[in-house]
Amino acid sequence: MRVVFKTSYDADLGLFVHRYQAFWYFLLLAAAVVLPFVMNDFWIGEVALMLIWAIAGMGLMLLVGHAGQPSLGHAAFMAVGAYTNVILQTSLGWPFLVSFPLSGCAAALAGALLALPTARLHGIYLAIATLAVSVLAEDGIVMLAPWTGGVSGIFAPDINIFGVGFNRYVNAPGFYWLTLGVAVLVVLGYRNILRSPLGRSLVAVRDSEVSAQAIGVNLAWTKAVAFALSCGVTGLAGALMGHFAGVFNHETFTIFLSITLLMMIVIGGLGSIHGAFLGAIVITFLPLVISIVREFLNERFGTASVMPPGIETAAFGAILIAFILLEPMGIYGRWVKIRTYFELFPFCRRDMFRRQRGYLRTERIR
Amino acid sequence: MSLLELEDVTISFGGLTAVESASFAVNPGEVFALVGPNGAGKSTIFNLVSRYCTPSGGDIRFEGKSLLGSAPHDIPRLGIARTFQNIELFEHATVLQNLLIGRHTHRRSNAISEILHLPGVREEERRHRLAAEKVIDFLDLQPYRESRIMGLPYGVRKIVELGRALAVEPKLLLLDEPASGLSAEETDDVAFWIEDIRNVMGITVLMVEHDMGLVSAVSDRVLALADGKTLVIGTPQEVQTDPAVIEAYIGLGDEGVDE
Ligand SMILES: Nc1ncnc2c1ncn2[C@@H]1O[C@H](COP(=O)(O)OP(=O)(O)OP(=O)(O)O)[C@@H](O)[C@H]1O
Ligand SMILES: [Mg+2]
Repeated sequence: MRVVFKTSYDADLGLFVHRYQAFWYFLLLAAAVVLPFVMNDFWIGEVALMLIWAIAGMGLMLLVGHAGQPSLGHAAFMAVGAYTNVILQTSLGWPFLVSFPLSGCAAALAGALLALPTARLHGIYLAIATLAVSVLAEDGIVMLAPWTGGVSGIFAPDINIFGVGFNRYVNAPGFYWLTLGVAVLVVLGYRNILRSPLGRSLVAVRDSEVSAQAIGVNLAWTKAVAFALSCGVTGLAGALMGHFAGVFNHETFTIFLSITLLMMIVIGGLGSIHGAFLGAIVITFLPLVISIVREFLNERFGTASVMPPGIETAAFGAILIAFILLEPMGIYGRWVKIRTYFELFPFCRRDMFRRQRGYLRTERIR
Repeated sequence: MSLLELEDVTISFGGLTAVESASFAVNPGEVFALVGPNGAGKSTIFNLVSRYCTPSGGDIRFEGKSLLGSAPHDIPRLGIARTFQNIELFEHATVLQNLLIGRHTHRRSNAISEILHLPGVREEERRHRLAAEKVIDFLDLQPYRESRIMGLPYGVRKIVELGRALAVEPKLLLLDEPASGLSAEETDDVAFWIEDIRNVMGITVLMVEHDMGLVSAVSDRVLALADGKTLVIGTPQEVQTDPAVIEAYIGLGDEGVDE
């Protein structure tokens, strides 16, 4: 096990625990940057999609994993981001560099507006309220057809930054680097939130609303900030998703997308940035794996009925149930355990990882 | 002028009058204790001061200003910190993080500068950390600095909660049964800490406690309650020998209210 000797308070304020950790993350980033030189355009597209999922996941993770507020409405905020971004570009002719941040702002505003009336709701009630938002969003898109194109959908123009085109098919590496840049910026912002008073106040609201108030945290305001940041980031992912899809309509951002996002961060591991990325990897590549397996089986046994259509959804569901039962901390939680096991080898005991019950948690005071 | 003043405060929960015209004043620099049998309304008085409940009558003043217009999250900013009878810590965070969260009222940076981690934010973080480390040193919490609350024993949690309240740097500290569930040695530690909190840090203490040994050791004045009614206010000695208090604790024998 590596013991870190801390010699100043700044050691706890840095982005990395120690230099080796910094080294591995920079190596990962370097590998991500050179990826287009070793992969073909199809796979680069898939990795870009994975990054878009991860950005949306980080948005939801901040709200669910850190502020403890469940949301089943995040597809609606992806929609706000996607439509704002495209409408600003096509109707007003604004460049992507302006419309993209504004799409995040629009989603953030929508999130804050939702947080105000729902600040008093908890758990399942909040989930249901946000679920309603998801359902309403679909109708809203159809009703606002003059702007959104309604059922027939809307075309996302090619991203153009200072004359360079970032079409997903024409310039796949460019589009990938763009999403990578956004993802890295979101990760940095997220890390900064976690190491500052704002991040701590989110954790306070998640763990005990009663004592959060007792140390001066304004619950309604903190929840509104959490919703705004979360929905803003998810809105950015929505804008990128719009460009990735090329064309989208009310059926792109359905309640199923909201559920998929939530499943993604639970599978990845609630309460960590890694979890958003790991979940995104599962969500992006599971359908590919399933279709490869399906093809293989069809070839081998010459029957298409072995795997019925819709198997992807069923597989997600099965994986989710397995995780909730066996590893509630998600893939990241499992990884941390494996790492600890090897770091402490051979001193690791089974009981180290036994789940602890929350001790004496009461809401008696309410 | 007294620091905290309750005047004729009454509150009832659906027919049960939990506190009935309570009037008392806590002077600056004092350790003031509330005692009384279970269900007497001691914690309810704390919840009234923290503004979790609103009295149906009377007024609560802190430094001469009424608290009734303030929301619960304004109370610590005015200088009142508290602990809870059933420990309310941030379970998934470490001891250090719990203490740092306690610094929330001292936050000067805003969300945008924090997201960008501007130099001012870091400077402020260092100051919060210094304050938290002082609390850690004071309460001997060094071995638990990086431990999550979830896995800690009861006695340590109790002390971490005291530490979180101290991190607020309040003028008035409300302690709800600081020694309940603690061993004899731990209770002695708590007695020393309360004395230091008052004498060294200059913080006024209002506490609820069943352990009469601790109450007599540290408090200047004691208020005895039963069924929401004030029985007597006086020195620990006077209260323990008061016939009405002994009556309220009937069944505990002739040695007064000592458990
Ligand atoms: N929020 C509430 N809703 C309803 N009843 C309440 C509430 N808070 C307190 N009570 C009631 O008020 C009475 C006084 O409760 P309180 O918690 O103040 O007692 P206490 O003196 O702190 O007792 P203990 O020594 O057991 O902590 C009890 O009968 C309790 O059930
Ligand atoms: Mg009580």
